[in-house]
Amino acid sequence: MKFTIDWLKDHLDSKLNDEKIIDKLTNIGLEVESFQSQPSELDHFLVAKIVSLEKHPNADRLKVCEVDIGKNENVKVVCGALNAKKNLITVYAPPGAVIPKNQMKLSVSKIRGVTSYGMLCSEAELKLSNESEGIIELSTNKYKSKIGKNYFLNNTPKIIDLSITPNRADCLGVRGIARDLAAAGSGKLRKKNFPKIKSLGQQNLKVKIMNEKYQGCAAFGSYLIKGVKNKESPKWLKDKLLSIGQKPISAIVDITNYVMLDLNRPLHAYDADKIDTEIVVRNSKKGESFDALDNKKYVLEENMCVITDKSGILGLGGIIGGTRSATELGTKNILLESAYFHPKSIRKTSRLLSIDTDAKHRFERGIDPNSIEEGLLVAVELIQKLCGGTISKKDIQINKRFKQRKIIFPITKLQSITGFKVPEKKIRKILDDLGFKVTKKKNVLDLIVPSWRPDIEQEIDIVEEIARIIGYNKIETELPEKVRIKPTLNKQQKLFHFLQRSVASKGYFETVTWSFTDSKINDLFKEDKKEIEIVNPISFDLNVLRSSIFSNLIFYLKKNLERDFKDISMFEIGPIFIGNKPGEQEIVLAGLKSGLASRLNWIEKERKLDVFDSKRDVIQTLHEIGLDPVKININSKTPNYYHPGKSGAIYQNSIDKLPIAYFGEIHPNILHKADLKTDALIVFEIFLDRIKIGEDKLKDLKSKFQYSDFQKSERDFAFVIDKNFEVQELIKIISEVDEDLIKSIRVFDVYEGDNIDKEKKSVALNVTIQSSNKSLTDDDLNYLNKLIISNVENKTGAKLRS
Amino acid sequence: MSDIIKIKEEYLNKLKEISDLKEINQLKSELFGKSGKISNEFKKIGSLNPEERKTISSQLNDAKNELHNLIEKKIKDLEINEINLKLKNERVDVTLPERTFNRGKIHPVSQVIDEISSIFSEIGFSVEEGPDVENEYNNFTALNTPKNHPARDMHDTFYLDKNKKFLLRTHTSPVQVRTMLNGKPPFKIIAPGRTYRSDSDQTHAPMFHQVEGLHIDKNINMGHLKGCLNYFIKEFFEVDKIKMRFRPSHFPFTEPSAEVDIGYELKDGKIIIGEGNKWLEILGCGMVHPNVLKNVKVNPSKYQGYAFGIGIDRLAMLKYGINDLRAFFESDYRWLSHFGFDPLDVPSSYRGLSR
Repeated sequence: MKFTIDWLKDHLDSKLNDEKIIDKLTNIGLEVESFQSQPSELDHFLVAKIVSLEKHPNADRLKVCEVDIGKNENVKVVCGALNAKKNLITVYAPPGAVIPKNQMKLSVSKIRGVTSYGMLCSEAELKLSNESEGIIELSTNKYKSKIGKNYFLNNTPKIIDLSITPNRADCLGVRGIARDLAAAGSGKLRKKNFPKIKSLGQQNLKVKIMNEKYQGCAAFGSYLIKGVKNKESPKWLKDKLLSIGQKPISAIVDITNYVMLDLNRPLHAYDADKIDTEIVVRNSKKGESFDALDNKKYVLEENMCVITDKSGILGLGGIIGGTRSATELGTKNILLESAYFHPKSIRKTSRLLSIDTDAKHRFERGIDPNSIEEGLLVAVELIQKLCGGTISKKDIQINKRFKQRKIIFPITKLQSITGFKVPEKKIRKILDDLGFKVTKKKNVLDLIVPSWRPDIEQEIDIVEEIARIIGYNKIETELPEKVRIKPTLNKQQKLFHFLQRSVASKGYFETVTWSFTDSKINDLFKEDKKEIEIVNPISFDLNVLRSSIFSNLIFYLKKNLERDFKDISMFEIGPIFIGNKPGEQEIVLAGLKSGLASRLNWIEKERKLDVFDSKRDVIQTLHEIGLDPVKININSKTPNYYHPGKSGAIYQNSIDKLPIAYFGEIHPNILHKADLKTDALIVFEIFLDRIKIGEDKLKDLKSKFQYSDFQKSERDFAFVIDKNFEVQELIKIISEVDEDLIKSIRVFDVYEGDNIDKEKKSVALNVTIQSSNKSLTDDDLNYLNKLIISNVENKTGAKLRS
Repeated sequence: MSDIIKIKEEYLNKLKEISDLKEINQLKSELFGKSGKISNEFKKIGSLNPEERKTISSQLNDAKNELHNLIEKKIKDLEINEINLKLKNERVDVTLPERTFNRGKIHPVSQVIDEISSIFSEIGFSVEEGPDVENEYNNFTALNTPKNHPARDMHDTFYLDKNKKFLLRTHTSPVQVRTMLNGKPPFKIIAPGRTYRSDSDQTHAPMFHQVEGLHIDKNINMGHLKGCLNYFIKEFFEVDKIKMRFRPSHFPFTEPSAEVDIGYELKDGKIIIGEGNKWLEILGCGMVHPNVLKNVKVNPSKYQGYAFGIGIDRLAMLKYGINDLRAFFESDYRWLSHFGFDPLDVPSSYRGLSR
């Protein structure tokens, strides 16, 4: 909503200066977005100083001036004026400026081979006088501190631009704003009397509102004005519109616009001669169409509120008129409409047709239903004054009557919500100034809500009115109390937090990417999950919710590889989506590493990243969050974007159906399809929501400290075993031989090749043995040794390697 | 002079001359070995009469201890000398680079979420979360924004079905709805998370982060709201004083509603929070609308309280001087490295919010 202080003062009798008014507006909830003059062509002209000058190399009468225009660097200007001299302060016009005298637009140009950036101006060129000899000479004393400043003061009135919240329909007119300011003590609202109209004869164009379901029009008021002479608006009206940046069109149109901006009362003027017989306001039928004033043709759905005549549609009520009945400069007879359209109907229609107009903006927020007559009278009087003509009697058709809203307001409510007490007298005064009818009854106020405030429905709305007018700065600050109802984080949230930092501490950069992604990339990682499309994506390549975090991580990995990074470690922790309903999502931590584990340097050997690097990161992380390493189980069933032979799935317990994590190398086909050029790419995923963590706190989980001081022994074994036999199982068999004595098992060699059967491998293990209650004798150890060998051989078919 | 003293003198002299570990070990076994000189003297004690036995054995023990200690000391000294000699050849150029290590980083959004949680934890708030995909009821209707309400236009919503029933939440406020529907008052929560609007330019991204706050109890009023936010902003920006302005505004789900500005000034192109006379809008808040309370089965004549919503990314930008919102989500390795935080920098009250 744009207006000027001058316009405001048509309605507000105020002695406050501009700044005070601006502050007040913001403080009562009418946020001032900006308060500034309209940019002017004359803003280009700057005060400038000639710093030095020399003769033009190719022209005797020209000079090349070095000019200070208040910027970091001076500009070069070619000038022919005889009075140009060093230290002269004058007026500079940059390229792009339009010279007032000849309306010539300046550009950077070469004058006899020397480039000139703009020009230095004479008084005549700026239309200040007829003096065209030489450039302007400004007084050094007066202007020396103004180098680089505008030469012309911008005298256009400053425009206040308010951001009006959708509840404040009444402030889409200047008068409504003045009323709020008056209530807040910034002045007095000027009284406005309805103009008296001399009307002659009937309004003989019949208007009818069809009484049908979904009828969007509640009331339709009109005057017929005959014999007008439409013309250009007078200066005061044009200035008014220009002052807020609106283009004047013709008196009739300007008047309707003016009334809308001034009183928030949209009107519509028809050329009455173009109306066929009568006006009928009715629901549209599907497929009807008309040409609107925005030069578009609209094809309508059913039940849109249309203004029609015998020949068809004239316009969409409260939204936009049609070209067929538009007023022109030659228009003689006018039908002026002032109506009330239901916000819901306006909103629905304008959304279906994607139309936004000033009238629509106001009607959908709720126009004062009682302003029909006032708007007509003000406009009709102006039309007659400016364009002549005779005025008919008014005609107001009513389909649905407006009901006043009443609220019983308990006075104590104000203090209970805001925490501060306001004298009752003051409350009554504020409400009265805002237009409420106030009656005191015991501890309550009986209120009748002004018709221009459709947003006020209940007690709490009254609290807000009083609070905002008095000012939120009056509310006393209460110190926060520290009472806690629940622990800050629950177990799952702590897990999230811990995992995030645990993975980052292993050298990964955390990243955050969109929850949506490109369906083409997503397809690589989607597996058999449903594709979840966004109906209205922001762009075609962000058209689905991600089924995997890798859809985005891979994309950004590529970007970083293209930036010449080679060894990249990134992870994201966030949602992936399984369905399009609330809750059909899962929190996943996905990480990747590309390139080499160590790049050639003086102390380490180069090595490509491999599956066991990602396995280390995952397993270490899982241990850190407190999972029991003994229970963790691993198999090789992984999604198809993993390398089929170099990836694994981790289960919290061997009996679990769903894995809690995957790790491995990415499938080479993915690298190929995504065109990723890297030495290696290893990835992992941890599925947070699948990890089972008990409710026990650490203090409950810590078991009794038990240790043994008896001697440890180590024994090495090498078994020749089937190639496909998993070492995980071998270790399990050994540890089960004696869970008390066998403390740990370490694999120290795996060998395939010479001296070993092709279908076999040799696995060498180091077993640590310790008793918690005695020193083991050689016999004990030998016995255990034999037991390990026989168990492994019997259960796996392996043979101890000799 | 007894043999004992003779032996002692003799060996003390020998010891002085020796400078070699081998020799000293040799000497040690000459004295204390199975048939060493001292060992032999001990064997003789058995054949002495009781009186002699007493004096001799005490002499012998003294001599033994003295020699033994001296020998051991000499051995240690020689060993250390030997080590020192060896070290002369063990010098490396320690200015050569160390073995590779990789530093990880925490994203500014995560760091700021943790900072926020830490601050609110101090005043008794707990953290709640809700799904990114919401239904139209939780995101709008329950929050007093019925269909065809102009306020729905303020949010450019991503929809997931043609009927506009399912959508990506446009704010974190639906977590209020979920929390209240699933529990009983009082409520004292914050809800950080991802939010989505189909809007994209330098200052808007189609996805961003918000934190919602909600405190509902029997007599929570706007004074408490002011106090809570004042505390939060001061703690968050780690300043002693903060200039704050509560401006009336409108949100369908709160009434009275306010927008909060904080004072700032520009110094050398950097924003200094808490001083100066410029205002920066940082959050929206208000008293939860009675219609919302009714919708979530909380009796508005018994309970009341406030809610607020803050843009997390924006807070991060202000605090850490980040200019471009879109860069948050572009995973540029250089940006992550520059603005990321060390994983060990966990915000907490006792060691400070940030380093």
